[in-house]
Amino acid sequence: MLIEEADFGTPIRVSETRVTLHIDGESVSVPAGTSVMAAAMQLGTKIPKLCATDSLEPFGSCRLCLIEIEGRRGTPASCTTLAEAGMVVRTQTDRLAKLRKGVMELYISDHPLDCLTCAANGDCELQDMAGAVGLRQVRYETGDNHFDAAHATPKDRSNPYFDYDPSKCIVCNRCVRACEEVQGTFALTITAKGFDSRVSAGGTDFLSSECVSCGACVQACPTATLIEKSVVAHGQPDHSKVTTCAYCGVGCSFKAEMQGDRLVRMLPLKAGKANEGHSCVKGRFAWGYATHKDRIVKPMIRSKTTDPWREVSWGEAIAYAAAEFKRIQAAYGRDSVGAITSSRCTNEEVFLVQKLVRAAFGNNNVDTCARVCHSPTGYGLSKTFGTSAGTQDFKSVEQADVIIVIGANPTDGHPVFASRLKKRLRQGARLIVADPRAIDLVKTPHVRASHHLQLKPGTNVALVNALAHVIVTEGLVDEAFVRQRCDLREFEVWARFIADERHSPEASEVHTGVPAAEVRAAARLFATGGNGAIYYGLGVTEHSQGSTMVMGLANLAMATGNVGRPGVGVNPLRGQNNVQGSCDMGSFPHEFSGYRHVSDDATRNMFETLWGVDLSPEQGLRIPNMLDAAVGGAFKGLYVQGEDIAQSDPDTIHVTAGLAAMECVVIQDLFLNETAKYAHVFLPGASFLEKDGTFTNAERRINRVRQVMSPLAGKQEWAVTQELANALGYAMSYADPAEIMDEIAALTPTFAGVSYAKLDERGSIQWPCNDKAPNGTPTMHVDRFVRGLGKFMLTEYQPTDERANVRFPLILTTGRILSQYNVGAQTRRTENTVWHPEDVLEIHPFDAELRGIRTGDLVAVASRKGEVSLKAEVSERMQPGVVYTTFHHALSGVNVVTTENSDWATNCPEYKVTAVEVRPTNHLGRWQERFQLEDALRKRVVEAAE
Amino acid sequence: MSANDTEKLAHMANQIAAFFAVYGEEEAAAGVAEHINRFWSRPMRAAFVAAGGEQTDLAPAAARALANIKT
Ligand code: SF4
Ligand code: SF4
Ligand code: SF4
Ligand code: FES
Repeated sequence: MLIEEADFGTPIRVSETRVTLHIDGESVSVPAGTSVMAAAMQLGTKIPKLCATDSLEPFGSCRLCLIEIEGRRGTPASCTTLAEAGMVVRTQTDRLAKLRKGVMELYISDHPLDCLTCAANGDCELQDMAGAVGLRQVRYETGDNHFDAAHATPKDRSNPYFDYDPSKCIVCNRCVRACEEVQGTFALTITAKGFDSRVSAGGTDFLSSECVSCGACVQACPTATLIEKSVVAHGQPDHSKVTTCAYCGVGCSFKAEMQGDRLVRMLPLKAGKANEGHSCVKGRFAWGYATHKDRIVKPMIRSKTTDPWREVSWGEAIAYAAAEFKRIQAAYGRDSVGAITSSRCTNEEVFLVQKLVRAAFGNNNVDTCARVCHSPTGYGLSKTFGTSAGTQDFKSVEQADVIIVIGANPTDGHPVFASRLKKRLRQGARLIVADPRAIDLVKTPHVRASHHLQLKPGTNVALVNALAHVIVTEGLVDEAFVRQRCDLREFEVWARFIADERHSPEASEVHTGVPAAEVRAAARLFATGGNGAIYYGLGVTEHSQGSTMVMGLANLAMATGNVGRPGVGVNPLRGQNNVQGSCDMGSFPHEFSGYRHVSDDATRNMFETLWGVDLSPEQGLRIPNMLDAAVGGAFKGLYVQGEDIAQSDPDTIHVTAGLAAMECVVIQDLFLNETAKYAHVFLPGASFLEKDGTFTNAERRINRVRQVMSPLAGKQEWAVTQELANALGYAMSYADPAEIMDEIAALTPTFAGVSYAKLDERGSIQWPCNDKAPNGTPTMHVDRFVRGLGKFMLTEYQPTDERANVRFPLILTTGRILSQYNVGAQTRRTENTVWHPEDVLEIHPFDAELRGIRTGDLVAVASRKGEVSLKAEVSERMQPGVVYTTFHHALSGVNVVTTENSDWATNCPEYKVTAVEVRPTNHLGRWQERFQLEDALRKRVVEAAE
Repeated sequence: MSANDTEKLAHMANQIAAFFAVYGEEEAAAGVAEHINRFWSRPMRAAFVAAGGEQTDLAPAAARALANIKT
């Protein structure tokens, strides 16, 4: 069955006041502000329409939705007419029918009548409306038109995912409005007037335009004018299931629309709470990797990593891995093995891997890739608020008045949230951006940041202290909030600390480079501008003071009373789809699910009773500790679920030395990734389309992932982990992921009320979900903080050890871009590469000129750790002294250059600050040359003998 | 554990001490010990404590914490 969501024609309004009106003899009560069209739809009456759709504000251009209202003259448009109390409306009369037919006749007279061969056949609103109004003939002669050979403008097929065929355009303006209202990019316009008017992507083709390929216009288009290439190729889907995007931490809900086992289209779900019907290029279009020819679908083993891979049966691979882990533990001790869980895998998969480590390996050597992104969020927010999670839902941004975006680049990293944010900014909310680069948000159509605090990388804490200093010393503290909600003694100590002159904007300027007056103005705005909301990303966490900075932001929010209601809060934007979930599920070596320390006897006893095994009360190794121990010879075996630490983790040479020192590395993944080059066992993974489970997004929202096609390798990942546990001698016997979730709920107080049945019923749930909050918790810390009273922490600024010097005078900072995702394993195997074929080094014109570098030149980027070569892009977005690149491509080897420095509390790597020198070169770095030589060699596979 | 490893552990301990330094040495020493007891694995703690006396460049709070680190 194809899931169809009703289109109410105009947005659903929210209002305390309701009005009752009569439509075609039936009475209906709707919130004030609702259009007559949407009110009629509540009764199931579909008034014909073309230019209206409920994701967009009404426009009133097509004149198809005409109605009659008793006591009023004329035939107003129902999409632009608001429902009023006592109104008596008729939607079907002879007069209306005639008018509508006339309108349709005009449209159809300039529309090619090739319905039978049109890609939208069966999914075209123009076709539907012709049927609805009973159009039987077109009386006009074909004269000037937009579709015959003499008149048609050529199709624009430049975008890799959708086509634009101007001959089918009815100029309803829905695409233009979608790009403006929903996406906020303003890439489209209607050029010219009257007959000549056409949709234009800024006078160029879509690919060369400002378009970011979010798909909103394609979704809004009622005709075949803008249409997915996959639908053109395969035709209309016939069934669909609701599932969750497997890319970023926004966690958008989609309908996966299928033909048999083939995915035809991903359509964003309007009922999806994270995205409300919107999407970005990755979730909407970049799913081709799931069936890419590079997918490894047979288990493989090899005894040496220099041997070619040998395909084997599932049974042999699992038996081999289990025997190796047992051998290693017998030889080197129980603590010589461990596992890394993935923030890209489901909660259920992650839960099983950490259970395998604790119960079957018998140690706590489990860590997650969140170590390298948001572990400081966990530490910092736990210390101050009492739990490791963002405080709000995304909808909260609709009520924010002043928004700080710090160390995050939402338009690239969290695009759908960025669209929701920009919408609020266009309504008048004020924006403060703190970032070393002029990210897009600083100035984008109809949005301009009130303040861009362009700080030097590594000086976040100095900046947040300066902001807090202004708030405390200028009497801007929300005293009532602090008195009522926070630990007063801690507050007073903090207030004295922060009021010290050394934290003033003037004193901090030497560190941050941000003019003191700008900092003062921003602080005043945040403290006095209404609801203040903080959104942050890895630019906050991935520093040697990452945890300190998270606490600094929490201090700022508490001091200004911005916690515990909609419109405010401290909101980590999570990188990968399930960062929040993988942390919640007990992936850290010191914690069980729900953030409870392994040394806590009561918690451990509960797990021991249910799992029927003694558990270690000693925290295990974190990823960097595992690698250090491996280099030192004490750590010998690793099970890696869906991660690529050889590409994503810093100081590649150290990481690969650690991997190379191990005797058994087991990789569970879709592709032979960089880490697999050092592996002995390869267990094929299942893409998100092939499995059931849940992801938890940045707003703590647990969303269902639903299987839409059978696993290419024959098994879902949780089942493989279960088989491995059984082979290790620890019995697991789950029938499906729902049973795993039941166990999570039984063991984790914040998940106590979660079940698949409830998720199916409600669509999604934000934890905590338990007896106190049976339907989940959109806003946290409402009447009290999880820890009771909010705790102000002292956050002294400590410059990082990594400083620019004569040898390495520039600071390299890293990030990502819209079209690519993380190590690129997925997105590089899609058409998204047209936007980002390689990682480039952005450099300020001043630094470039000094070194004789022009855009497109190959440059060597060298740090004390290593050297790689990249193409340069001279860019005003940078500040002098700072260079920037992404890490989406393996050959770039950016992490060869990044250092071993890490956050003091969590060892989260300091990706954002590396002292480098940049110079023109004509060859690749040594590491890159070796990479090229070894790449194919280490990935060789010999076919299994029949 | 190699000299390299103990150096790394001392560096990590000093980073922790630097965060807590502002709380005054006594509270800082307690903070460092608590943090290390909570987050470092037993072999890491043991190696750090074993190298204790030799680590001349240990921050005062980290040095004072040594006595309270569980091995
Ligand atoms: S795909 Fe998105 S960004 Fe591109 S034109 Fe359409 S709505 Fe605008
Ligand atoms: S392209 Fe589609 S949505 Fe845009 S004006 Fe034409 S018909 Fe309407
Ligand atoms: S915003 Fe994130 S979750 Fe949503 S579609 Fe894009 S990548 Fe997927
Ligand atoms: S739908 Fe109302 S005028 Fe087009």
